[in-house]
Amino acid sequence: MTHDQFEVLSNQAVAACAVVYFLAVLSNFAAWAAGHKVEEPVGEPVAVGGAAAVGAPAQAQAAPDVVDEPERMQLFARIGVALTVVAAFFHFIALVSRGLASDPVRVPWGNMYEFTLTGTWVVVMGFLLLYRRYSLAWLAPVVTSFVLVTLMVDVLGLYTPVVPLRDALQSPWLVIHVVAAITATGAFTLGGMCSALFLVKERWLRRQSADTPPSRGYLARLPELAVLDRVAYRTHAFGFPIWTFAALIAGPIWAHYAWGRYWGWDPKEVWAFITWVVYAAYLHARATSGWKGRSAAIVALVGLATLWFNFVGINFFFGSGSQHSYAAPEPTAILRTID
Amino acid sequence: MPRPASGYEAPPLRPRELARWTWRQLTSMRTALILLFMLALAAIPGSVVPQEAVDSLRASRWRDAHPQLTPVYEKLGLFSVYNSVWFSAIYILLMISLVGCIIPRLLVYWRGVRRLPPDAPRHLSRLPQSRTFETDEAPDVALERARALLRKRRFRISTNDGSIGAERGYLREAGNLLFHLSVLIVLVGFALGGLWGFKGGVIVVAKDSFANTLSQYDDFRAGALFDAASLSPFEFTVNDFAVTFIREGREAGMAHEFGADLTYRSSPTAAQRHQKISVNHPLTLDGTDVFLISHGYAPHITVRNADGSVAFSGPVVFLPEDSTFRSFGVVKVPDAQQKTGNTQLGLEGEFYPTYGFVKGKNGGPFSAFPDAKNPAVSMLVWKGDLGLDGGKPQSVYGLQKKGLDPVRKADGKQVRLDLGMGSTAKLPDGLGTVTFDGLSRYVKLQVSHTPGQKIALGGVVLALIGLLGSLFIRPRRIWVRTRREGGATVVEVAGLDRSSGGDLSAEIDSLTDALRPAPVSKAAGSTTAGESS
Repeated sequence: MTHDQFEVLSNQAVAACAVVYFLAVLSNFAAWAAGHKVEEPVGEPVAVGGAAAVGAPAQAQAAPDVVDEPERMQLFARIGVALTVVAAFFHFIALVSRGLASDPVRVPWGNMYEFTLTGTWVVVMGFLLLYRRYSLAWLAPVVTSFVLVTLMVDVLGLYTPVVPLRDALQSPWLVIHVVAAITATGAFTLGGMCSALFLVKERWLRRQSADTPPSRGYLARLPELAVLDRVAYRTHAFGFPIWTFAALIAGPIWAHYAWGRYWGWDPKEVWAFITWVVYAAYLHARATSGWKGRSAAIVALVGLATLWFNFVGINFFFGSGSQHSYAAPEPTAILRTID
Repeated sequence: MPRPASGYEAPPLRPRELARWTWRQLTSMRTALILLFMLALAAIPGSVVPQEAVDSLRASRWRDAHPQLTPVYEKLGLFSVYNSVWFSAIYILLMISLVGCIIPRLLVYWRGVRRLPPDAPRHLSRLPQSRTFETDEAPDVALERARALLRKRRFRISTNDGSIGAERGYLREAGNLLFHLSVLIVLVGFALGGLWGFKGGVIVVAKDSFANTLSQYDDFRAGALFDAASLSPFEFTVNDFAVTFIREGREAGMAHEFGADLTYRSSPTAAQRHQKISVNHPLTLDGTDVFLISHGYAPHITVRNADGSVAFSGPVVFLPEDSTFRSFGVVKVPDAQQKTGNTQLGLEGEFYPTYGFVKGKNGGPFSAFPDAKNPAVSMLVWKGDLGLDGGKPQSVYGLQKKGLDPVRKADGKQVRLDLGMGSTAKLPDGLGTVTFDGLSRYVKLQVSHTPGQKIALGGVVLALIGLLGSLFIRPRRIWVRTRREGGATVVEVAGLDRSSGGDLSAEIDSLTDALRPAPVSKAAGSTTAGESS
């Protein structure tokens, strides 16, 4: 196959995986809806999602048997996971062919479109790998819809045709630094989802009173707060050392060779440092009385915000001022020579 | 100091108590957390406002564009955030807090690591994880089996009357302490580089040489304790600079590979050597690195007076403005002549490696390709006083137009020279001629010496090792107690997870299953007291 054919294949694989992710989202939502409609009479029709906080409530924690899963729900959840696996496979093909589409063949991490494509894949793989270990079925709707939306934004807003790597990027450290950074980003993203769910559920539990009827909604079926907190902590704890390596070891070593200084307070470096400090604060907050639980989860989300801002915002707002700006879409078109 | 005698008065804090109170506040986790947030917040302005130390050109442009904000920002140290008093104050306080937190913990750890696990608490069933079952074994037999099992699982064990305590995961705290101490090491390494290091930029036109002395640098930044005498006495010549641009396909115009071929000596008496340097491949000479940062064009311009004598001749460095290498530059001719006598000439304009021109209102000259396929310069001419004699330093890349007047043609328009390579243009008023003779490439090099790099790197690596230990080693205590009750032996197993994210239930379950003699006793009550939270 030629390089151009690989590029077409990559684009088609992205489209295919997006369709399958969409089906996975539908299936996951169906599972969640099926969980709602159990045969036994339920007090009042229960609102879905964020609105559940208003009228739904239940003593889900006190009576775990409320969370009995009807067969249909389990079936849809299983279909959802199977579809996610298929989509992740297409997603992987999109990545590999993207690398093969370039001449010379290279790793598919040359611009933001490719970073996002890889980052979302890492999120999905992280989710699938931890699925059994932490029984993550409850996270499926969030992960699949997040990945679907992010991929849509990526294709619509960030798409860039395949071009070879710039000189500064031609280094083995590209592979080491970027793999670590993307892996950590994926882990932090998963952890952030758990922390967000923790906050939503915590608020929902706080708001319900004793006489509110039991709920079978999504929030009621989420694991108890301690479990959410623990899964969030473990994914963050996995991501943090990798981030340390990516931002504070591999990055500086590469920066030394490419730019002649190991740490130069480039905007991207500043924000990588800020992210590191905020996640360090999260790990400390979790062990400090008065900060455990809610505050720690908020800190984790602040960390995620700085991470994503660094990933997206720096390239757009500080493009010209950052040495990392090659990650942004190239604004200047280059005219062809006629000779 | 005398105090006014008034009603109730809190007992005054004596200096010692005040110091102790301050110290305790400073070293509390809460303060450390707040300082961490402050550090994160304080780092933000440095990414928004151009930093003097990062990009002095952008910083000075920003200053010119914001004359009112500049004095305020300067007072606040916003152009060098990371050296500012307030930024330093935050991280120094954070380090003090860290030391104050770590030293007592080192002592506690030193004592704790040699101690045996504590005795079993009275009510094991109140622990986050506990199981109870009955067996027919004698109490000490069951206890001995538990002991052997836990020993096999590499627990440290203390035996008491009727119960055992077991603990493992002591290295977590060691990792934690190592991590925090390593942060100090990194800071030391960073400080060494900041105080004794230097970073200099120099533009060298191909075929020219560079000797490592202060006067040769275009810009130079050094730490407070840097000594110019410590510059290592190397010198090099840029023999050649080669760059290939991709010419076809949608990658057209990208530099494919570029590198400079250097001949260098590590000291004036050393042997000559050759090395090619390129991006990601610097030249290292006893601790000082020479990096290739970027490249550009230096057209050779010759200015002749009306009588044919040369007023200026040589390559002039033009700075690239975009990826087509449309470049901006100026020529300063301090010793030009006109009919009435001596004057100074200034040329200011652009260089186009592959000249193109678009007619029309929004048209004008442009560069079609970054390679020098059809090089041309287009410059406006000024005459008068260049402002070089005032003793005030000025940029070589810009004209100070205060003392300059445009040189005008007969029709009153300012003279614009559009020169292809090899061509000459005549200036009005007997000012002579300007020739674009030839073209050289130049390289922008960065020479830097950063002591303490290895210390900082070693520090981060140690910090990472410590971090892994402190995150993934799970310290936990398990207790087993046996007692005879109503003809059977009651075995209680309980555990306490001492890490922050652990879940001991699986481990306690497997231990209980291993201790339980046979499935017969399944009927015996087994209780779970919920999970730790």
